[in-house]
Amino acid sequence: MTTIEAPREVAAPPPIRRPRRPVAAQILLPAAALILLLLIWQLAATLGGMPASVLPSPLRVATAGWADRANIGEATGATLQITLLGLLTAVVSAILVASVLSFAAPLRMTFLPILIGAQSVPIIVLAPLFVIWFGFDAGPKIALVAIVSLLPLTISTLQGLQAADPDAAVLLRSMGASRWQVFLRLRVFTALPHFITGLRIMTSFIVVSAIFSEYVGAKLGLGIYMQAQKNLFRTDLVFAAVFVSIAIGLSLFALTYLLEFLLMPWERRRKAAQR
Amino acid sequence: MSTPLLTVESVSKSFAGPRGGTIPVIDDISLRLDAGEFVSVIGPSGSGKSTLFTLLAEQTQPTTGTVSFHGERRGKEPFSAYMPQKDLLLPWLTVSDNAAIGLVLQGVQKKAARQRIRELLPTFRLEGRGSAYPFELSGGMRQRVALLRTVVQDRPVLLLDEPFGALDYLTRTELQLWLAELCAQNGLSVVLITHDVPEALFLSDRVYVLSDRPARIRMVLEQHDPRPRGLDYLETAEFTHNERLLIDELTASARRGAE
Repeated sequence: MTTIEAPREVAAPPPIRRPRRPVAAQILLPAAALILLLLIWQLAATLGGMPASVLPSPLRVATAGWADRANIGEATGATLQITLLGLLTAVVSAILVASVLSFAAPLRMTFLPILIGAQSVPIIVLAPLFVIWFGFDAGPKIALVAIVSLLPLTISTLQGLQAADPDAAVLLRSMGASRWQVFLRLRVFTALPHFITGLRIMTSFIVVSAIFSEYVGAKLGLGIYMQAQKNLFRTDLVFAAVFVSIAIGLSLFALTYLLEFLLMPWERRRKAAQR
Repeated sequence: MSTPLLTVESVSKSFAGPRGGTIPVIDDISLRLDAGEFVSVIGPSGSGKSTLFTLLAEQTQPTTGTVSFHGERRGKEPFSAYMPQKDLLLPWLTVSDNAAIGLVLQGVQKKAARQRIRELLPTFRLEGRGSAYPFELSGGMRQRVALLRTVVQDRPVLLLDEPFGALDYLTRTELQLWLAELCAQNGLSVVLITHDVPEALFLSDRVYVLSDRPARIRMVLEQHDPRPRGLDYLETAEFTHNERLLIDELTASARRGAE
């Protein structure tokens, strides 16, 4: 092919410059609000004259929690194990189920409404049944956590797979792509943001599910620990355990951003250009 | 006369309508494309141009009539590579990888495909843009990447469906000038579907004018001026005469509808 002497290129319009929001403010402002909240709590607890078994001060929660760190650490380990294994099971099965359904239209038409409907079933109440059916091992707890998170993740992944531009699919087919290649080169990438959003929503309730799964017959875990401390009127330690579970949830939430950063380098560049 | 590369003979296409009826979209259309020719099909919006396009791209079969390709095919591949109005660039691939996707799907090694694209980037005025992502490009550049993706597949016929329809006037004109040179210098065989009268006249050896739905051919305009034509061509008596003729013909159906 010959090269053509072309008139000078009209340059691409410069990216739109938005007023830059300093990253420091994005971190500092919420942190300041949080510290303020803790201060108010501290003052209310010390000046309000309430017994520590009703409302312990944040400082007391911290010191008591630190003193009992061995037990809390052990409980955290157990809960974390259930959470992560449940998460992993949910992710693997959601990807598998969504992929299969994306290929088979009749299956999709049969099961997608059921999946969407099943989301409103409070699956967590099945916990006692799981114990009856599968016993007290970690297995049924992992399964429970996985099932609770499986539905929303499957639905968002499947909708992502289906959201691919049909014109782009036709174009790829015309270039000789098989359905499988269209899946790998088009659908998977279209689904990625949906999948990550699904994952992010999941992190908001997966720790709660893991804790709840312990309420029906576990020996160890944050849920068990909280129950035990509540019975001893150690409200400060209940709070300490609550904070640990919040920290787990937030860490998982942050991890979804790391995952997005790693899986979608083009988005990284697009966001950087917008900043 | 030499054997044409592509002939469309008395093609009609209708779709099933409500209550068991059929809706004719294309009615008895015949056209011809020789090797190295640039042919335009021009028609009012909604006249069945897109249906004709899917027929030429072998994505649907005509109800009656035949679309025959007389050149050599590679295996079971379609004889044409097409470029839709939307650029359909994949946002997660760089310019090079977007342009190379057709080659990769044909089984060309990724490295070889990228090398081939790199050689062509200057011709498509994308030099130094190979590793950019689509969102970093202007509208005109995006269309050129889409065209590169189409041309590099090296299929005998290029089908262009209103490729510049979404661009602003200046960018469009600039791309038309460039496309004229590209097609003439490389001897590409092209069918362009458009509703832009000057575009069709400026670029083509022959223009087929379609009526309103169901689309029939109302006029065939042979243009003997050699290609590529320069901007001067827009001043010639032939161009202005033909432009008037085509606009008159294309608005005639609307006037008939109003009466």
